[in-house]
Amino acid sequence: MRYLPLTDTDREDMLARIGISDIDALFSDVPAGKLLKAPVELPRAKGELEVERILGKMAGKNTAASAVPFFVGAGAYKHHVPATVDHLIQRSEFLTSYTPYQPEIAQGTLQYLFEFQTQVAALTGMEVANASMYDGSTGTGEAVLMAHRVTKRRKAVLSGGLHPHYAEVIRTLSHMANDEVVSLKPDVAASEDILSQIDDSVSCVVVQSPDVFGNLRDLKPIAEKAHAHGALLIAVFTEVVSLGAVVPPGAQDADIVVGEGQSIGNALNFGGPYVGLFAAKSKYIRQMPGRLCGETIDSTGQRGFVLTLSTREQHIRRDKATSNICTNSGLCVLAFTIHMTLLGQTGFARLAEVNHANAVKLADLLAGVEGVKVLNDSFFNEFTVKLKKPAAEVVEVLAAKGILAGVPVSRLLPGAGLDDLLIIASTEVNTDEDRAALVAALVEVL
Amino acid sequence: MAETRYTKDHEYIRIEGDTGTVGISDYAQGQLGDVVFVELPEIGKALSKGGEAAVVESVKAASEVYAPVSGEVTAVNAELESAPGTVNEDPAGKGWFLKIKIADAAELDGLMNEAEYQNYVKTL
Amino acid sequence: MLNRQGRPTQAGEAAHAEHATFTGNKALQQIEPLIFEIGHHEATGVDIDKPAPFKSRLGKHARQGEIGLPGLSEPEAMRHYVRLSQKNYGIDTGLFPLGSCTMKHNARLNEKMARLPGFSDVHPLQPLSTVPGALDLMLELARYLMTLTGMPAVALSPKAGAHGEACGMMAIKAAIEAKGEGATRNVVLVPESAHGTNPATAALIGFSVKAVPARPDGTVAVEDVKALLGPDIAAIMLTNPNTCGIFEPQIVEIAAAMHEAGAYFYCDGANFNAIVGKARPGDLGVDAMHINLHKTFSTPHGGGGPGAGPVVLSERLAPFAPVPFVHVENGKPHLIESRGEAPAGNQPFGRMTAFHGQMGMYVRALAYMLSHGADGMKQASEDAVLNANYIRAGLADLMSLPFPDHPSMHEVLFDDEWLKGSGVATLDFAKAMIDEGYHPMTVYFPLVVHGAMLIEPTESESKAALDLFIATLRDLAMAAKGNDKERFTSAPHHAPIRRLDETRAARQPVLKWEKPAPAKAAE
Repeated sequence: MRYLPLTDTDREDMLARIGISDIDALFSDVPAGKLLKAPVELPRAKGELEVERILGKMAGKNTAASAVPFFVGAGAYKHHVPATVDHLIQRSEFLTSYTPYQPEIAQGTLQYLFEFQTQVAALTGMEVANASMYDGSTGTGEAVLMAHRVTKRRKAVLSGGLHPHYAEVIRTLSHMANDEVVSLKPDVAASEDILSQIDDSVSCVVVQSPDVFGNLRDLKPIAEKAHAHGALLIAVFTEVVSLGAVVPPGAQDADIVVGEGQSIGNALNFGGPYVGLFAAKSKYIRQMPGRLCGETIDSTGQRGFVLTLSTREQHIRRDKATSNICTNSGLCVLAFTIHMTLLGQTGFARLAEVNHANAVKLADLLAGVEGVKVLNDSFFNEFTVKLKKPAAEVVEVLAAKGILAGVPVSRLLPGAGLDDLLIIASTEVNTDEDRAALVAALVEVL
Repeated sequence: MAETRYTKDHEYIRIEGDTGTVGISDYAQGQLGDVVFVELPEIGKALSKGGEAAVVESVKAASEVYAPVSGEVTAVNAELESAPGTVNEDPAGKGWFLKIKIADAAELDGLMNEAEYQNYVKTL
Repeated sequence: MLNRQGRPTQAGEAAHAEHATFTGNKALQQIEPLIFEIGHHEATGVDIDKPAPFKSRLGKHARQGEIGLPGLSEPEAMRHYVRLSQKNYGIDTGLFPLGSCTMKHNARLNEKMARLPGFSDVHPLQPLSTVPGALDLMLELARYLMTLTGMPAVALSPKAGAHGEACGMMAIKAAIEAKGEGATRNVVLVPESAHGTNPATAALIGFSVKAVPARPDGTVAVEDVKALLGPDIAAIMLTNPNTCGIFEPQIVEIAAAMHEAGAYFYCDGANFNAIVGKARPGDLGVDAMHINLHKTFSTPHGGGGPGAGPVVLSERLAPFAPVPFVHVENGKPHLIESRGEAPAGNQPFGRMTAFHGQMGMYVRALAYMLSHGADGMKQASEDAVLNANYIRAGLADLMSLPFPDHPSMHEVLFDDEWLKGSGVATLDFAKAMIDEGYHPMTVYFPLVVHGAMLIEPTESESKAALDLFIATLRDLAMAAKGNDKERFTSAPHHAPIRRLDETRAARQPVLKWEKPAPAKAAE
């Protein structure tokens, strides 16, 4: 077996050194009859070539985003990732290192975490950011719990523009912890009256912008009303690239900002691994979940970085920890940071501009298609259209033609009576040919 | 004259009339190491004997500080917020945590006096 | 013509003295500033054309002003991150015996497979008809995990070990609620030796935590558990093999006692690497167990993630598994994404994450399992256990074993009894290991022994590597006992940076780079 360095002779010598003759003597604490004698019922070891064949065959059955005109979004986005990113994150010292618990031999990881925290704080317009969460949705769940700790209240109000899966993650967690959740109904037109839901019993209001339907939301009035009642505003985004073009949540007085960072540096990966971004006002840092990297000096006065404020975390605080999170998204953080460093604010703003331009072009084209109505007043790189046929059927027919047209709202909200709505995303990867193909196919199908 | 009593969890209470000043002992600060943060209760909070009164954190540990007796919090040492190291430097003096209005002086009887506490620490 | 410019090929006299350099660099060890100190706001390492003029649809939401982030050109960015990487220790650098973390070899085949466009470049919400291979992969991974654990179901979506714990405990809570006992069964038993995530998870889900004392031999006794059982007990969270590196000998009796009391047995599977192919949790009475794919199945740790924490579930808990999951009907796989679509008999407790879990990690883990096969995985566990016990045999006369009565599994636990009076603490010993070119073992965990040193070599080490490691630790141990304090208390001496002031970091947290205030202009 190519991964196991011990030879049979080694094994014999080592058993002799330990003073036993059979490896199973070391398994003597396994209760009688529970120790397996033969290997389990699975295939035997395979060479690289054979493994590549098996997995290659599975992969080959899937339609890759880059192989077709691709307009699928709603929480994960197809972007171009520079080759440098994937090369660097595969360097052994990054790929095969552990959580930086020994800072003297983990300054590489710690320094990029510090760079990441600074980047996320700047992008969101917030004072502090942590070293990442698993993804945007779990980060949003953690944000709600954090708000409950800060306000000592246990009721969250969720906007109807929040990604339905994010809302479900929050509801699941809240149900388990016996916390209250008020979920507003799906709000395609961004016209919900969330302000009237805010009173002195509310811990936090969770609002996504751009929302799941693509609408840009005005957070400021919500923050004002929330603060007047001692509640927090949690601002959510699923498309981090939008922050290159729109007013950041920090400038609208959000208390906690949480979102999905996959778009920068990370592949679609059928849903994971991704990277959750998490930022807050600095007065709340002791209630933040997740790891934090901080600056300090070594015994000779040289600057260095360490994990800090660890007493919030489970390995010290146990059942009183701010979160049970341990592993986070280290390597996805690195990918994000490298890509963001390559972009800089100039490249990032340009990337956002191109995304918006492509989406506007597509929306304008679709507005001219009979049976398609663009519903958004404002949007960034994603918008919702109303079709004269059920969106899921249309998407299926277009997929058969080799075009991935978007996400039917019925996939996210089955049974909500929104079957004719389709969420369409357009990023920098889309060409004029892609858009023409989508338009032509829709004309044909509708 | 002020008298100081101790709990087995290493909190002290210095008694002046019906007010007690609560902090952690010199032994406790030594065990914790460099204190980096102290979380104090709100003034006016009613504490019950043995209940959580404050939290003291070093780099690698966090400990609850329990109320030595029941009573209402009348003052907290806000200086600790910016200078938590005071707990290490002067635990019995400037490093105090909070003042409490002692609800039931009889609760003090179960606590150790200075000599008893020093003997207790020797056994640890 | 003869080249007469001969060069010296031997070092001069002063070759071994320390020389300060102009830059502060030490050859390959380079001081690297932050990107904010070397980048420029106008700089960028990507070329993106400006779009043709268009009418913005951002409305009043358009960003005003700069973000305030620098960029770097591609060569600068490459050099910056390569230099940072050189300050890190990885498995590929050397022996990484971090107990409880299973730092085994990360095969690059797994990386290559995860990057096949059919896996990495597929969207979680593209039509399911366009991703049949992705569902095949999830099913195949599930089959392997269920077979290895002897459990009938698995929830794949949790994103890491602690997330898996939450998932398993939520399934337990849902099952308790379904029996109408939600209001009364709300206490979870957690041994003192447990990972911090266990009590944190229980608390997250609204349970209160009761500690189970550890026996002097490092195990949990069934009588101690039984003494705590009652109608309020929801579950026990027990790590097996436990964090002292011992297989819990009474695990079957403990499981039976829990079940008899109407409670559940959650097993923390962080240490599964010791028993893959040797014992199946399903045979031991486990109701739920998470599997850290980034430990046991070698998906890289990546400096702290991403992980993946699928949870295997017993027959009693299977109906409560969260969405999404793959359901096979008439031989055809379907992805069930909402509670309403769940087949009859299923009552999913909810959803753990936006999408389907860590697909990228699934691919790597399956590549590992396919490569090893049933025979290779059994051998890997045996080698992991053999390596740990070989280290134990090599050090037991010098260092102190708190629990000598049980064989170690894949990790061996020492305490600091043997360092008493030396003036060297566990942490100092660990830092001196850094100077010797090793990553330290896990220190100060588990909490049940004083100054813990938990050594997990994994199966990836050769006998020669272990022999050198043992010899090194013996040398260090002799030095520690022999009054060579300086070698330890000021270690590491040779790392890119010396010991860091963690108190300062925590007292005045600096969590991001701030532009230095401009120096005051002379009046």
